[in-house]
Amino acid sequence: MSKVSLRVAGLKVHYRTLRGDVKALDDVTFAVADGETMGLAGESGCGKTTLGKSLIRLDGRMRHVDGTVELDDEELPIGDTARMNDFRFREVFIIPQYAMSAMNPTRKIGKMTKELLESRGVRFETVRTELKRRLELVGLAHDVLDRYPIELSGGMKQRMVMVLSTLLNPSLLVADEVTSALDVSTQRAVAETLVDFRDRGFVRSMIVITHDVSLVYQIADSIMVMYAGKLAEKAPTDVIVDSPRHPYTQLLISSLPEVGVKYADKRLTGIPGSPPSLLDPPAGCRFRDRCPLAFDKCSEEPPFVEVEHGHYVACWKA
Amino acid sequence: MATTSLAGKPEAERCCTVDRVSMVYKIGAFGGTDLPAVRDVSFEVRAGEVVSLIGESGSGKTTLGKMILRLCPITGETITVDGVDISTFKRRRLKTYYRSVQGVFQDPFSSYNPIFKADRVFSMIKDEYFAEVNAAEWRRKVAASLEAVRLSPDEVLNKYPHQLSGGQLQRILIARALLLDIRLLVADEIISMLDASTRIDVLNLLADLKAQGLGILFITHDLSLGNYVSDKTVILRRGRIVEMGAPDRVFGNPLHPYTKSLLTSVPQLHRKWERVEAELAAGRAGLTGRCIYHERYPNGDGPVGLDAERPTLAEAEDDHFVACFQADGEETC
Repeated sequence: MSKVSLRVAGLKVHYRTLRGDVKALDDVTFAVADGETMGLAGESGCGKTTLGKSLIRLDGRMRHVDGTVELDDEELPIGDTARMNDFRFREVFIIPQYAMSAMNPTRKIGKMTKELLESRGVRFETVRTELKRRLELVGLAHDVLDRYPIELSGGMKQRMVMVLSTLLNPSLLVADEVTSALDVSTQRAVAETLVDFRDRGFVRSMIVITHDVSLVYQIADSIMVMYAGKLAEKAPTDVIVDSPRHPYTQLLISSLPEVGVKYADKRLTGIPGSPPSLLDPPAGCRFRDRCPLAFDKCSEEPPFVEVEHGHYVACWKA
Repeated sequence: MATTSLAGKPEAERCCTVDRVSMVYKIGAFGGTDLPAVRDVSFEVRAGEVVSLIGESGSGKTTLGKMILRLCPITGETITVDGVDISTFKRRRLKTYYRSVQGVFQDPFSSYNPIFKADRVFSMIKDEYFAEVNAAEWRRKVAASLEAVRLSPDEVLNKYPHQLSGGQLQRILIARALLLDIRLLVADEIISMLDASTRIDVLNLLADLKAQGLGILFITHDLSLGNYVSDKTVILRRGRIVEMGAPDRVFGNPLHPYTKSLLTSVPQLHRKWERVEAELAAGRAGLTGRCIYHERYPNGDGPVGLDAERPTLAEAEDDHFVACFQADGEETC
């Protein structure tokens, strides 16, 4: 993992609301290496979905304020929806949250696929064999193409969506909560399919967005933790789970009950307080109010710096 | 009804006993097809005990909770709470029943009416059950109940649901249940919508309530949550119990193939899937081709239920029961 695939620098994305701008992403800088699967974890409202979306398509309320996104040394025009059309689906693609519920219920899946491809100027016939090969790989019969989405189970729909999103071998795939509405056994199958797609070269790098740290621990090479619109920590998976440096990551990991941990033996604690409002975020470290280690210096904003090879932390105490 | 349960506890300590209940939903355009959601399920919740009901979607776990709350009819045999059969309760008797049994559900945001303040749930309890209590006395009672769920009354009273976090809303619902003198709480997926940093607080709260003698039926799809607070684990599959017992036995030494496959799929921290699989495969070696249930009851057609005549579960070790390894029970193994 030497070559860098995705490079995000100083990215700021705000949501316009009547009460002012919500600073959902504030000065986000990171890189994803070629072939890397990065897990993006955090609680609701921390900006993880916003980050995923801003790499592909900004919706009407989102405003690109500052910063650049480079994919394979080419700058993505993320603020320009029309110009992004050349990159979407081919170079970078997203499986949005609830994608499996977003399939057109009045179209057969095959027809929907065809329409989707043709809207991007790709003839369906040219990819038909490859599509069938990939359906087999994920264990779906060819006749799913003649079925309506309602006839498929959640796991089948999710696998169909995964095949569809990677059909043109994008360089980067963003998978947003792809496993969250599924049963545990299906969840595992879907997660392993993602890894398999990467290994087969259908996608080169991936960002897997989830609120479930234990899931990305299973499949990701590295994990990035966000808090209140900022990056808190990024490191190789084992480092994040075994020796996190940011107090937020430490508290988050220690608040997760595991199979085998009993209340009577070890009482876990949550993180007191709640995240700050992003309408008018406090100056300095945004975790300061909930942080047990906070001291005077935390009123200044800590930079997101590399403390060890591949381990980035935004904390004065790290 | 048997006079002693399998674990030999006297009748008095039992809080809720579910005895061989079933539920069949009619599906299809004219209700012509039967969908058995719960089949011959028996278990009990004692006072001061958390029982985790774990299953994937469609396992019947929510239906069981609804039956105990009388939100759907009880078919099959009976459910008794404190020794009284609850299946025939109507109106006044049912209202009295809800003084002792209450439920909290998955989505805290849709449990509230968004156009009213969140504390309306308290005044509704007052109007229904405590009309004679005077206002000052009631305020004191609400405050005490909020403190029991570790919320400060100033923080949460007089606010609308959107001004409170999911964890706070869920705890207000528990506080509402505590205003009544409840003996049993049915908690259906109450923390699955909460963030990691707040869900553990709600779990700890359940543990505290249990210590005060409340019986809790904790319904979840998440095995790691089912383990943390519970005294007994019940694993359901397609409406049947496949394995039941003390959590450290069920999770430490899973016997049923379905329980094992669930355990190998749960994402765990500090243990990768391959490792869990390898460990379980090692433990499974001695069980290949065996079925503990049929070893115990070779005729197979044996008994059904927790009471001794027709158990569907065989006792594999102390406080650890397992069903036939052909999990559907229709095929023979």
